[in-house]
Amino acid sequence: MIEIDGITKRYDGITVVDDVSMVIEPRTVTVIVGTSGSGKTTLIRMINRLVEPSEGSIRLDGEDNRSIPGYELRRRIGYAIQGHGLFPHRTVAQNIATVPGLLGWQKSRVDAKVEELLTLFQLDPKTFGSRYPHELSGGQQQRVGVARALAAEPNVLLMDEPFGALDPIIRAKAQEDLLAIQKHFGTTIVLVTHDMNEAFHLADNIAVMDKGKVLQYGPPAELVRAPATPFVETLIGDGERPFRLLSIARTGAAAEPGEAEGEPIREDRSQQEALADLIWTGRKALPVISASGAPMGRVTLETLLKRGARRR
Amino acid sequence: MKVWAPTILRGLLLLLLVAFLVSPGSFEPLLKPLVQPNAPAIYNQGSLLGLTLQHLRTVFIATLAATIIAVLLAILVTRPFGAEFLALSRSLVNIGQTFPPVAVLALAVPAVGFGEKPTLIALFLYGLLPIFENTLTALTNLPRSVMEAARGSGMTPLQRLVQVELPLSLPVIVAGIRLSVVISLATATIGSTVAARTLGEVIIAGLQSNNLAFILQGGLIVGALAVLIYDGLSAIEAMLTRRVRT
Repeated sequence: MIEIDGITKRYDGITVVDDVSMVIEPRTVTVIVGTSGSGKTTLIRMINRLVEPSEGSIRLDGEDNRSIPGYELRRRIGYAIQGHGLFPHRTVAQNIATVPGLLGWQKSRVDAKVEELLTLFQLDPKTFGSRYPHELSGGQQQRVGVARALAAEPNVLLMDEPFGALDPIIRAKAQEDLLAIQKHFGTTIVLVTHDMNEAFHLADNIAVMDKGKVLQYGPPAELVRAPATPFVETLIGDGERPFRLLSIARTGAAAEPGEAEGEPIREDRSQQEALADLIWTGRKALPVISASGAPMGRVTLETLLKRGARRR
Repeated sequence: MKVWAPTILRGLLLLLLVAFLVSPGSFEPLLKPLVQPNAPAIYNQGSLLGLTLQHLRTVFIATLAATIIAVLLAILVTRPFGAEFLALSRSLVNIGQTFPPVAVLALAVPAVGFGEKPTLIALFLYGLLPIFENTLTALTNLPRSVMEAARGSGMTPLQRLVQVELPLSLPVIVAGIRLSVVISLATATIGSTVAARTLGEVIIAGLQSNNLAFILQGGLIVGALAVLIYDGLSAIEAMLTRRVRT
């Protein structure tokens, strides 16, 4: 759990982060969105003390993050950034082993961890371990960057626009991988982005920041149904609201008993995808199947339309 | 074929240089037409090989000292606690470069006497600037995201310097050393005006006795050394650059 308590950061009298308080639940994905200059990056950089706050405090699992030296704190917190920041003079394996090396792990333990992470990120340890970062594609570099951040098994992973430099196809894949990894390790992830689609796709909770303040902090559905300020409403987009709602719910949740014709949809796909499929194929209902292929009933156009509607 | 041509030429140059230094006598017929009858065509007041080694030794010591001081100074002024000395150390190093080596020799002789010492001082001062400026440029232009990642992964300032900043700066530092060495190789010749044993002796002897062959062999040896060392350091630099590209 990360407790941010009245945190403020001023640079030469200009307030960048203004009295922010929020509690980030363990094992969740919290996405901080906002325009550039909203203070979102400064806020997460205060969690691992790359930036020292002017006022307020931050507690990690109840412990003030100023109780140990900054570099020791940062070894316990994963940190992944845009443009990955891999060390160009070190191999992929050496890059991933950075923090374990700083912590003085035994070589056998480091090697095992590197192999585990490379395998987890679908990079063959034998092929990729000895390569240099410039020999990898953008998507592979980004995966190594995240693997490096996770190498010392941190409870908390901070990510600053980690997918910003990726093309849309690789980005979608990277987001899926991140969610899978988060489930696998149970890591608490705090991610900064300005991409609302990314925020809705990944977040358990979204915090919207503007001019150094957190305007609203809550589950994605709450932001859509009850935006706290006009800024939040604009950020979500008037025309996008029903689709945002559908995009954050699984098709399985809208399934009902019954039969339907044609290509089925997996229950873990979003309702937005189900709707898109219905519109595109001109059907009134879709069969729903589980991840293993077992039939789970159907989802109808009517149900989805209702689910996308504003609730009073 | 074209790719190999420069390497073959360098190899030939090296062979020629070694052959000339080991057995200068066998080149006498080539140089004979350049001198007046009865004058020696090959330098005869000392061993050319010995002078060459002495010349290289002087340049090596001066460059090594300049490298140590310049790199340390550049590291110091790029740390938070040393930032205020940046302007000062820049001016100091620039003075070293603008001061003509001849003038340094003239000033140094009364203080440290004739011989190798004043030459070392002149070469040291003259060699500081390229190494200092290059190291400074390298250390202040490291990729932002890499430096950010180094801090974010929990490296202490010293660990960042040793594990990230210096390895990434190495190619540019080597480029500075290369410039400095080439300048020093040429400048060392004037050290012979204050009795340092360098290849300048051969050139000066040639000037004094109007012996074109002496001047030519002294100059050509220095030139060949400069070309070969320049190329060697360029190759090291290219190898290092390949390792650190992003």
